[in-house]
Amino acid sequence: MNLYAHGLLDQPIGLLMALVVGLGFGFWLERAGFGSSRKLTAIFYLRDFAVLKVMFSAMATAAVGLQLLAALGYVDLAALFVPPSIVWPQAVGGLLFGLGFVAGGWCPGTAAVGVASGKFDALVFLLGAGLGSIAFAGVQPQLGGFLQAGACAVGALPEQLGVSGMNGALALLAVALVSFVVAGKVETWAQRRSA
Amino acid sequence: MARPYWNPYLAGVGLGLTLLFSYVVLGAGLGASGGITRVAATAAHAVAPAAVAGNSWLAGFFADGSPLAHYLVAMLLGTFAGGLLSARAAGRFALAVERGPTAPAGLRLLLALAGGALAGLGARFASGCTSGQALSGGAMLQTGGFVFTGACFAAAFALAPLVRKEWR
Repeated sequence: MNLYAHGLLDQPIGLLMALVVGLGFGFWLERAGFGSSRKLTAIFYLRDFAVLKVMFSAMATAAVGLQLLAALGYVDLAALFVPPSIVWPQAVGGLLFGLGFVAGGWCPGTAAVGVASGKFDALVFLLGAGLGSIAFAGVQPQLGGFLQAGACAVGALPEQLGVSGMNGALALLAVALVSFVVAGKVETWAQRRSA
Repeated sequence: MARPYWNPYLAGVGLGLTLLFSYVVLGAGLGASGGITRVAATAAHAVAPAAVAGNSWLAGFFADGSPLAHYLVAMLLGTFAGGLLSARAAGRFALAVERGPTAPAGLRLLLALAGGALAGLGARFASGCTSGQALSGGAMLQTGGFVFTGACFAAAFALAPLVRKEWR
């Protein structure tokens, strides 16, 4: 059983374990090179697909791992906290976020690692992200039902499609592996073109 | 001298195992924007307590006491500390305004502020960012996580040519 299911996430033990998880999160982001905004944004100019490689490997590792642990009875997937799938606000939020990502050069987690790497632009990005969060308070009362538009009764895509979670995770892994091959070819092509 | 970054697939698997550990132990995935929002809400409350109390969304963060007593704030602190340890160990810590060779620092910082604001606003529309929606939602095969990720990369690729000078 996990800390969330026991209501302990915001208690001292939960805060301590979240700090430990954060240490790992920040470490791997930095090792991947994500304490650099030029490295992060290089994907949008087809120069370096590290963002895709790292994100897809992480997603597929965790997805297959979670399904394996669930099949073995070690994890109850229904007892985990997962933010609800609400398609329309998540599409609009994703669009706004993507504009901010390429213009600002960071996302929230990598900006924390950027500050830790000495990048002043990361600190300014975080200040902006705080202001943007507060700006949401100004628009939220006007949004009405939009924030619930396209709410999914079932969030998991495999379940919506009638396939097992494990098959869904393996499909994600397959898509990831194909994307790695394609990314490698595009990188080679873009480098040869600019050489 | 800064050491080279690690192989992206190795770093990705390491990040994935951290995410798996987070789900198993915390019962929740990774998150970053939630911590930033709570720090910002605390700062807003210090500056304009009446305005915060008068906004039901912002006031909600104070329902159980301080918004800072939240696991995502602790995770954000950990993320900073983990990044600092790694950057120091690899000789990569350096004070800088990172930008392309022809980009003025002032423009870079202005776009960092504006980009941060858009990302912060977007993360609240979506109830999460690249950590909470893309990575953690994706690992749980969530429709919303995939929609967020697709929209995020589509918008970023579309805007990229216009801000090329900032980076290349």
